[in-house]
Amino acid sequence: MQTLTVNGNNLEVDAEPDTPLLWVLREQLGLTGTKYGCGVAACGACTVHIDGMPVRSCQVQLQDVRPEETITTIEGLSPDLSHPIQQAWLELDVPQCGYCQSGQIMAAAAFLKDYPDPTDEDIKAGMTNLCRCGTYNRIKAGIKRAAELS
Amino acid sequence: MTQVFKLSRRSFLAGTAAAGGLSLGLALPGAAQDASDSTPELNAWVVINPDNTVVVRVAKIEMGQGTLTGLAQLVTEELECDWDNVTWSYPTPGENVARDRVWGSFGTFGSQGIRTSQQMVREGGAAARAMLLQAAANRWGVDAGDVTVAKGVITGPDGATLTYGDVATEAAALEVPTEVTLKDPSEWTVAGTSVLRLDTADKLDGSRKFAIDLTQPGMMLGAVKQTPVLGGKLVSYDADAVMDMPGVQKVMQIGEDTVVVVADTWWRAKTALDALPIEWDLGENATFGMDDLDAMLDEGLTASDAFVGNEAGDVQEALSGAAQVVEAVYHYPSQHHATMEPMNAMALVTDDRCDVWVATQNAETDLAVAAETAGLEIPQCDIHRINLGGGFGRRASASDYTVIAVKVAMEMKGTPVKVIWSREEDSTHGAYHPTTKARMRGALDADGNLTGMHIRISGQSIFAGLMPFALEDGMDPLTFQGLQAESTEGEFGYTVPNLLVDHAMRNPPLRPGFWRGVNNNQNAFYLECFMDELADAAGKDPLEFRRGLMQDHPLHLAVLEKVAEGIGWDTPAPEGRYRGLCQHMGYGSYVAAAAEVSVDDRGNLTIHKIVAATDPGHVVNPQQIEAQIEGSFAYGLSAGLLSQVTIEEGQVQEENFDTYPIVSMWEMPEVESHLIPSGGFWGGVGEPTIFVATPAVMNAVYRATGKRIRELPLNKHDLTPA
Repeated sequence: MQTLTVNGNNLEVDAEPDTPLLWVLREQLGLTGTKYGCGVAACGACTVHIDGMPVRSCQVQLQDVRPEETITTIEGLSPDLSHPIQQAWLELDVPQCGYCQSGQIMAAAAFLKDYPDPTDEDIKAGMTNLCRCGTYNRIKAGIKRAAELS
Repeated sequence: MTQVFKLSRRSFLAGTAAAGGLSLGLALPGAAQDASDSTPELNAWVVINPDNTVVVRVAKIEMGQGTLTGLAQLVTEELECDWDNVTWSYPTPGENVARDRVWGSFGTFGSQGIRTSQQMVREGGAAARAMLLQAAANRWGVDAGDVTVAKGVITGPDGATLTYGDVATEAAALEVPTEVTLKDPSEWTVAGTSVLRLDTADKLDGSRKFAIDLTQPGMMLGAVKQTPVLGGKLVSYDADAVMDMPGVQKVMQIGEDTVVVVADTWWRAKTALDALPIEWDLGENATFGMDDLDAMLDEGLTASDAFVGNEAGDVQEALSGAAQVVEAVYHYPSQHHATMEPMNAMALVTDDRCDVWVATQNAETDLAVAAETAGLEIPQCDIHRINLGGGFGRRASASDYTVIAVKVAMEMKGTPVKVIWSREEDSTHGAYHPTTKARMRGALDADGNLTGMHIRISGQSIFAGLMPFALEDGMDPLTFQGLQAESTEGEFGYTVPNLLVDHAMRNPPLRPGFWRGVNNNQNAFYLECFMDELADAAGKDPLEFRRGLMQDHPLHLAVLEKVAEGIGWDTPAPEGRYRGLCQHMGYGSYVAAAAEVSVDDRGNLTIHKIVAATDPGHVVNPQQIEAQIEGSFAYGLSAGLLSQVTIEEGQVQEENFDTYPIVSMWEMPEVESHLIPSGGFWGGVGEPTIFVATPAVMNAVYRATGKRIRELPLNKHDLTPA
């Protein structure tokens, strides 16, 4: 058994120590908002925050997470869609299929902390998550709108 | 002008003679999603609850393209209910069968979501409105013509009001009108506007459940491995080597070429599968590689036998009598759909029942496949439709995920089993965009007029690989998309007096499929880049050259003129920037693009902007069409710039996004969209604009570098200035 701190809750997890955090979240903790896309840190659909930093959870093994580290998933970003990224995403109808958007939102929320007033070039360089529907231009507009709302 | 339509009762009425007359408001037979719903169904499309919420039934499936919202807008428009009260539900294909296919086809592909449904759903909305107004009039004892409605509130002649919810039950008991009057699109107030999607909020907090996210009590998870080579077979595997690994329940062979490990979590199943010793007989395709593919396609370029898709005049005579013959060979490689949600399906099978939860673009096919696989009758089975984490045609090409999930569940009756493909298995067992080459030859006279053109396509047929029953005397007519003489689906936009478009079918050992845009992708690339080559040879401006051939194709020309205007074709590009344009027609819509690019001294391409124009006849939601244009450009440019599927020793080489790169934020250009609906027809919007992004960019790349890009993707080529 290992203890994780996820979205403010201390949770006991029973899984092999080398299980990726992604699959611990999805299969042990039922937090399916964090998505499996590639398993090789190429797409970013599994992005969560560990102590506020964006992390591709498919590359973090359970044994590498310390109990005191705080993990935030999309389910814990805000209780009511009130995070500026979520608000902007709503306002601009950013998602299409939506599958990658948990990861996009988590990546964008972390990015916005580092770049509170981002330029297009900042966003192009800083947002590397993949979206097969091609929502990139709305993601870019959404981040700028969220910066205004923040 | 308003249009009056005779209603085909079969087209939308709930119940038929078999249900004892035209009674509405029947409880839905086997209606799982509305099981608790005793509220009135006005017709198959509309249910109104006492609290005034309106449930629009959606036969098509949502995969990001916005069809769900568009169809709801069309129903709302005719129903005159309050958009803020509108929600939706999906009938199941089992319900559709039980009700004599009252909802028509569930197939969501070919950019058909709106255009093949709009009439039915608008009639459904209009009929429901008429019945609701009649019910209110009856209650007040007045003539229905004397009541009005706005946003679901009915007002009588004396100013009294009733809501739709108040009279829904009475309305459902009324005779269904045999004739309804649909609004002219010029009167639309909800349809035609950029309302926000109905399905966004739960994509923002992780609460939307995709098929891969579904759970059931007692559910088990399957990881799948299929033969690495098409046609290969499973020889043996050593289950004992993994049975003691954590969580493993079962190891099983499925069919001749698949092995599945079932465990209590998918990660444990996959871990065991990776450790499972497997022996394959890779079969006769195990030596096939790209050299073989090249040779196969090259041979077809000059082969004597070919299927003719479009012919006018005498092209050989035109070529032999030409002042100048221009010739070029183009190539479009295989592509994978790479949906962000890997293939998966959950099945629960018992002795007399089979249920499947799956993201599919064609649930009726999955229903038939599930019943056949399980050995059950259709009424004993159903497909529970889950919104797709990307479709793009992959989930309309083969129901392999449903077949395998059902077969696994048959081995574990009573246990729900969800089978998930790893990204690597998904990537190497796709239904790939067909690969073809084209030998383009154009005949120019002494004045630079195009007198003849021969387009010889050599390569893969989707029908031959996926659905041979659809071939017509061996020919795959779909190969000629966008190059046919006359077709509402895709029409050749130039008048060339001597024309031959033919196809030498050559099928490599890769399963083909319908990939967003389908054969229009390569056909537009071949034709529109070659048009620029012809214009150069004729010494003419590419726009002017096209104009000369498009006088009998005014709708094709209109979108082209629009993008030329948008990019400023008649004015010089900014220093160091270069432009290209193109047009194409497909899925009922006319589309064009103009790109502005630069290439730096290290050969790096920047696409500064693409101006797009589309004429889909009618526009239901402008902002969603703009989203589709941008998304289609990202998808099309992935193939144009970055990605390709290759094969060596019979095996697909690109297993994941590290070797199959797609357009990211970094490459994504600014997109300026112009919607110019001309009315009179209904075209699609999910696919058409995908055709034009790549040719427009490649034509601009030529202006920037002097290099003709005739083989995709662009990253195979060095653009560094000499």
